[in-house]
Amino acid sequence: MSDHEYTPKSKVGKWFNDRLPLLTLANHLTDYPTPKNLNYWWTFGGILTFCLITQIITGIVLGMHYVAHADLAFQSVEHIMRDVNYGWLIRYVHANGASMFFLAVYIHIFRSLYYGSYKSPREVIWIIGMLIYFLMMATAFMGYVLPWGQMSFWGATVITNLFSAIPLVGESITNWLWGGYSVDNPTLTRFFSLHYLFPFLILGLVVLHIWALHVPGNNNPIGIDIKKPSKDTVPFHPYIVIKDAFALLIFLLIFAFFVFFSPNILGHADNYIEANPLVTPAHIVPEWYLLPFYAILRSVPDKLLGVIAMFAAIFVLVILPWLDTSKVRSTVFRPIYKQFYWFLVADVLILGYVGAMPAEGLYLLIARVATAYYFAHFLIILPFLGMREKTTPLPLSITEPVLGGSTDMAMARNNSDFKEKL
Amino acid sequence: MKIFLKLTFLFVIISSLILSRANAAGEQQELLKVDWSFKSFFGKFDRASLQRGYQVYTEVCASCHSLKHLSYRNLAEKGGPEFTELEAKAIASNFEVTDGPNSDGEMFERPAKLSDKFVMPYANVQEAIAANGGAYPPDMSVLVKARKGGANYIYSVLMGYDEPPAGMELDDGVYYNKYMYGNKIKMSSPLDVDIVEYADGTKATVDQMAKDVTTFLQWTAEPHLETRHKLGFRVIIYLSVLTILVYFSMKKIWSRIETKV
Repeated sequence: MSDHEYTPKSKVGKWFNDRLPLLTLANHLTDYPTPKNLNYWWTFGGILTFCLITQIITGIVLGMHYVAHADLAFQSVEHIMRDVNYGWLIRYVHANGASMFFLAVYIHIFRSLYYGSYKSPREVIWIIGMLIYFLMMATAFMGYVLPWGQMSFWGATVITNLFSAIPLVGESITNWLWGGYSVDNPTLTRFFSLHYLFPFLILGLVVLHIWALHVPGNNNPIGIDIKKPSKDTVPFHPYIVIKDAFALLIFLLIFAFFVFFSPNILGHADNYIEANPLVTPAHIVPEWYLLPFYAILRSVPDKLLGVIAMFAAIFVLVILPWLDTSKVRSTVFRPIYKQFYWFLVADVLILGYVGAMPAEGLYLLIARVATAYYFAHFLIILPFLGMREKTTPLPLSITEPVLGGSTDMAMARNNSDFKEKL
Repeated sequence: MKIFLKLTFLFVIISSLILSRANAAGEQQELLKVDWSFKSFFGKFDRASLQRGYQVYTEVCASCHSLKHLSYRNLAEKGGPEFTELEAKAIASNFEVTDGPNSDGEMFERPAKLSDKFVMPYANVQEAIAANGGAYPPDMSVLVKARKGGANYIYSVLMGYDEPPAGMELDDGVYYNKYMYGNKIKMSSPLDVDIVEYADGTKATVDQMAKDVTTFLQWTAEPHLETRHKLGFRVIIYLSVLTILVYFSMKKIWSRIETKV
């Protein structure tokens, strides 16, 4: 937050700004003091904003041509692919855009885990972020149902059936969700309606997410509190803007590669078969970004407990700021946590992998161990590690990282490590 | 730059996970691989092959398999078989469609026009199933995209008819196929040497016909593939140049302060 009062130079500007301080807001956004040591992992916030806007714009255009009806949906998607001008491009951007969105959000979340961005005073930013993530998953799931292919239909059947595990009211809830006694036209139309609504809820939450961020300001790779503005900060514009733009372009290159040269690799072939309630596909698999949770769901033998475990896997993330008892934010100064962090990354990748495999034999065993470890990481390791771990000394500021008065070799090494990351 | 190595590393891990998922469920026989002209960055369709493939489709497949998402006009469009408009009109006029109601309230038959969808071999799914011994001949419009392995899979199935291994019992009307899921298929081997007579004089071997019709089906599944590749190449070039420009701008801007980007 810049402390100085802002007055527009022009008379008209001043007149307007006195009535609606939009110019003050713009000035705040451009001047916003940002730690100057932010590395490229910090560029994903901007990339995610771009992803959201892209999804909304392409989605609105697709919505002009799509028909939400069980008999016509598949055909209308083919109509978009064949007859709408550049319809194939818009749809492939939207479909691959969802995957790129999740790729970016996972990197963003793991950035936060690595540098302790969820810790005080940024808990609210983190919780809003988790809400966004949850809504994203719901939106993506419902979007995948819309083309009304085999995976759409059976994916929807499997996921909505989860609610039937709730005791007593489960079946009523499931029927209520379906709008009938199975996944059918009413399910499709309500999913379309909600799929159109949710991105705007996400957009609203993104505004709150950024607002909440601008109160304490950005965390940074060494995770110390800094004075703002000071020698440790740079104005958001042009320094961070240009850096974000550069990272976004690299991201777009990967995005474009998928859209133009392998647009269907992230999808499932079965979704080009029209939905058929009488034929079940050999393997029902969700989209890749939901696989870790799917693995957790299937690793528990009891249906209800499986559903609880799946939602708990997200909920432990929400309460993470209170599970991690360490006051030190950045992993750079937490040698033991650093190792556990990478274990967690590997664990989630393994969960994603077994989520795509049939739930049997060795795969099931691996899924169970990985699920147990996932919860152990958050519920056992983090609380105890925070109390026991001996962290390395923190520097006093970004510009003079060695001024902490320490001659500790490990610390010097960390500093050179972190300089490389800049 | 170290960060980009890491990013790339992560990217490779994730994509290999996805690819391994794609392969892992792949049971049984490895598919035959063909060096299709439409693969790769600059991939284009072989125009003559598309036209021959259309011939194979009409003369062989079309008696059971529909192409319900295609219109006759598509045959004359850019990036496809590119028949002339006259040829496409002539093709369309071979088919009868029901139109109407006319001013007397009657439905009537007329020859198909360019704007009509491909005429379907059966009136409805039930009729198709009844006529084919209980198996529905799938619509072929997006068949290539609806099968893991894509074009290679379609080609492999067409080439995969063989004598069943010893000990395998086959019911009447069920055939053995090396590449089909479960190795059993209800379609008898559709291709036979010289079953079609190519207008351009190409020898109609089974392999040739399988390649041609697969190429044709790749086009029906992805009619804008050529535009996509062409546009994609331009987009990548544009983004690369812009990335380089922005990179140096960034270096310049950040040089005002001592921190490195």
